[in-house]
Amino acid sequence: MSGGLDTLAQPGGRGMLGRRFAFLEPSMALWLVLIAVLVFLVASPVVRILVSSFQEPETGRFTFANYAEAYGNWRQLRAVVNSIELGLGVALLAGLFGVPIAWAISRTDMPAKGFVRLMVFGAFITPPYLGAIGWILLAGPNSGWLNKLWMAATGAGHGIFNVYSMPGLIVVVAVTSFPYVFVFVNSALDLVSSEMEDAANILGAGTLRTTFRVTLPLVVPAIIGGLIISFLEAIALFGAPALIALPARFHVVSTQLWQFFEYPVRVEEAAAFSLPLLIITVLMFWLQRAIIGRRGYAAVTGKGGERRTIRLGAWRWAMLGYAFFVCALAVILPMTVLLQAAFAKAWGRGLSLDNLTLRNFTYLLFEQTQAQQAIVNTFVYSGATAFAAIGLALAIAYVVNRRLVPFSNLLAFLCMAPFVIPAIVLAIGFYAAYAPPPLALYGTAAILILAYTTRFLPIAYTASAAGLRSISAEMEEAVRILGGGRLVAIRKVLAPLLKKSLAGSWLLVFIPATRELSSAIFLVGPNTRVISVMLFDLSEEGNFEVLSALGAILLIITVTIAAIGFRVIGRDFMVRSAR
Amino acid sequence: MSKLALRALSKRFGEVAAVDEVDLAIAPGEFVSLLGPSGCGKTTTLRMIAGFIDPSAGSIEMDGRVLSSPAGSLPPERRQMSMIFQSYAVWPNMTVEDNVAFGLRLRKLAGEEVRRRVGEMLDVVQMRHLAGRYPAELSGGQQQRVALARAIVIQPQVLLLDEPLSNLDANLREEMRFEIKRLHEEFRITTVYVTHDQAEAMVTSDRIAVMNRGRIEQVDDPHTLYTRPKTRFVAGFIGRTNFVEGTCDGATVAFDGFALPTKLIEGEVSGRVTFSIRPQSMRLSRERSPGGAGRPQIAVTILERAHLGEFWDYVVAPNGGALRLKVTAPPLDVYAVGEAATLEIDPRQMAPIA
Repeated sequence: MSGGLDTLAQPGGRGMLGRRFAFLEPSMALWLVLIAVLVFLVASPVVRILVSSFQEPETGRFTFANYAEAYGNWRQLRAVVNSIELGLGVALLAGLFGVPIAWAISRTDMPAKGFVRLMVFGAFITPPYLGAIGWILLAGPNSGWLNKLWMAATGAGHGIFNVYSMPGLIVVVAVTSFPYVFVFVNSALDLVSSEMEDAANILGAGTLRTTFRVTLPLVVPAIIGGLIISFLEAIALFGAPALIALPARFHVVSTQLWQFFEYPVRVEEAAAFSLPLLIITVLMFWLQRAIIGRRGYAAVTGKGGERRTIRLGAWRWAMLGYAFFVCALAVILPMTVLLQAAFAKAWGRGLSLDNLTLRNFTYLLFEQTQAQQAIVNTFVYSGATAFAAIGLALAIAYVVNRRLVPFSNLLAFLCMAPFVIPAIVLAIGFYAAYAPPPLALYGTAAILILAYTTRFLPIAYTASAAGLRSISAEMEEAVRILGGGRLVAIRKVLAPLLKKSLAGSWLLVFIPATRELSSAIFLVGPNTRVISVMLFDLSEEGNFEVLSALGAILLIITVTIAAIGFRVIGRDFMVRSAR
Repeated sequence: MSKLALRALSKRFGEVAAVDEVDLAIAPGEFVSLLGPSGCGKTTTLRMIAGFIDPSAGSIEMDGRVLSSPAGSLPPERRQMSMIFQSYAVWPNMTVEDNVAFGLRLRKLAGEEVRRRVGEMLDVVQMRHLAGRYPAELSGGQQQRVALARAIVIQPQVLLLDEPLSNLDANLREEMRFEIKRLHEEFRITTVYVTHDQAEAMVTSDRIAVMNRGRIEQVDDPHTLYTRPKTRFVAGFIGRTNFVEGTCDGATVAFDGFALPTKLIEGEVSGRVTFSIRPQSMRLSRERSPGGAGRPQIAVTILERAHLGEFWDYVVAPNGGALRLKVTAPPLDVYAVGEAATLEIDPRQMAPIA
């Protein structure tokens, strides 16, 4: 060291006091900006729905007429009943699919766990409307693969499966939503100590008895939580019901809402009709939290303890068979027929060399300008959404985490609120709030990106907040006490440390945004169509080869982007060697 | 003039006073520890000195200039202090060298000067050979040295340490205690050290401020603090002790089961007083030793015993009283439970407490 304690130059160099006052002002301004953005994105559309539902379309005067119109006829009431039937059916089936597989993977020695997990993940990322298209090819009346197989095997004159029915719809939605049940139950089971089961065994209970009397009851809250999410997913879904229920000539709430947007658009009635969906969702989420948060099931929240797998003996093959059956219904069968159709001249002619073609792809990619436009739109909008959502969420998470401003919890609440707003309700809110003048955003890219940003804000916020929490505030304080301001701390330490988790969060928003249909369908204009909307339009034309090809393109590109992203960013930059 | 002065410093969180009218003056180059149990307000005090928390009342002055007061505070980056954090907060995205150079670069020193100072500092903490490593490639103790180097290299006005050793294992902790003491002796930086570990505080500090419930109970050098604790809390927190109540009637102080002449006791006593008597300030023996006028001897009975290897722990009762005293004895002084013995008390080691 050089010499004694001759003080080094002071960083910066301004007056002593008064800086803190200068600091208060910008933080207040920041708060106001953030709250204004959140009001615009979250609060205003929801409030707009409430207000619109009580307004006369032309005059804006207070009225109950919209509610009378919306619920005044049997057909529309029937849609509500159908939605509930769909939701209950899906929840039940998703439970039957998800719980046994979760148990088998968490507790038993079932073989091929890795493969089953992968398939469940596959079912999770498959957009439900692609699953629905696959199932139309599989179980369309008479022409579907399963029906043809049945007819060939039995010599019957017509098939036995009809996807265009309520049971068909329930199966199609359930196979894409059972992963919710799986995830909940699997993670809860992973927390149950084997000692719980050992305690029952030592008292003389067999495996079966222990499973049904001890293990499963311990995870009942998780099962109910998963079922509630499946129910909510099912009643809020637009794509799969539209593809299946409309040809089957029945409505659910989401398709009925869409009907209100047929010319002449009746936003006020749609608003009135969508409110029960919002209320049910909010109540169910509250219920789910109440159930999961119950303290009585201390074993689930306690520490893991040692865990043993249950030996199933020969039954493990039966268990694998069941898991395989579910995975086949969810992913293997529908995706196989979808890919077959994508590469076929005529999908009904089956797998043969002379039926193979790339024509569907070349047509979409090089001839049909609409498809090119839709593909570009999808990725531009999704990318913009991911940047906007992460940027906003990060700013809010930072302000909340560091307690920079008063009432920061209000910011966090608004950020998470879209989680309980069904996409379709959100879209109607955006339409009601921003389609008319003065903003007149209908048909612009802006309204789609804004709606997407709101929709995925909770994902972005959760991911950003988790990333920030993983970095100790002391990392930043160490910069400040050495003489660096908050901005230096953010630039030199926080940003480099967050880079990886931010890239991950970006993908978490980007990937679902590329497949978003429920909100897009209400907000697209002629020049802002995205792949999901175009898929839906193509389905009305009945050209399943081109439709499947477009679906395949969507699937391949998003899976590739996710894979590349995780490969590039997944490397742990912190341990790179300097030697 | 003191380097750093806390004047009636208080911090309230809602109804709770985390720090309650703390007064402390620290001389230039002095090493002062804030010692106390968790929740006593020591870390809040330190973070107020650093500028991360604003006081609710009172002020903090450095070299006679107000740094913090309820009217406004200088932000941490303008205080010319540095700090060692509990988690070390060594930045994982920078090499050891970049970590240490950070503060110097902020001060816009020339590249050559930065390199020289960083090199010298790394030599001092014996980390030069690891200058190119990333923190993830270092052990906990090495990260701690980087944190020390990073804090000291800027030659801060005041160095703050927030429980810097609590995440290290026992052996390393002992090594780092002496390392911190060595660095302080080399650079003589005014230092405030927060810890809940009394051994840490006693090894490193010129003075120790014992805190409890947001208040400073006593500030003294380690030896005085141990031998002459002023409050019940300090006596109990620093080492083990017996609390013995007595009544002074002028010439003698009467205890439960024995009495002492007042003149043997250091300090002013009158009326009812409580004394702190350390277990190791008393001596057990089989027979009365002759000529112990200055050291009263009391007949006692052994009630409990425990062998702790380095010494015996006995609980004894003076005959004819309900008093219980903890006494330690060397390993070979073996007494059976129920055995009678003589207890010799050194009145100079009895500290009257408030």
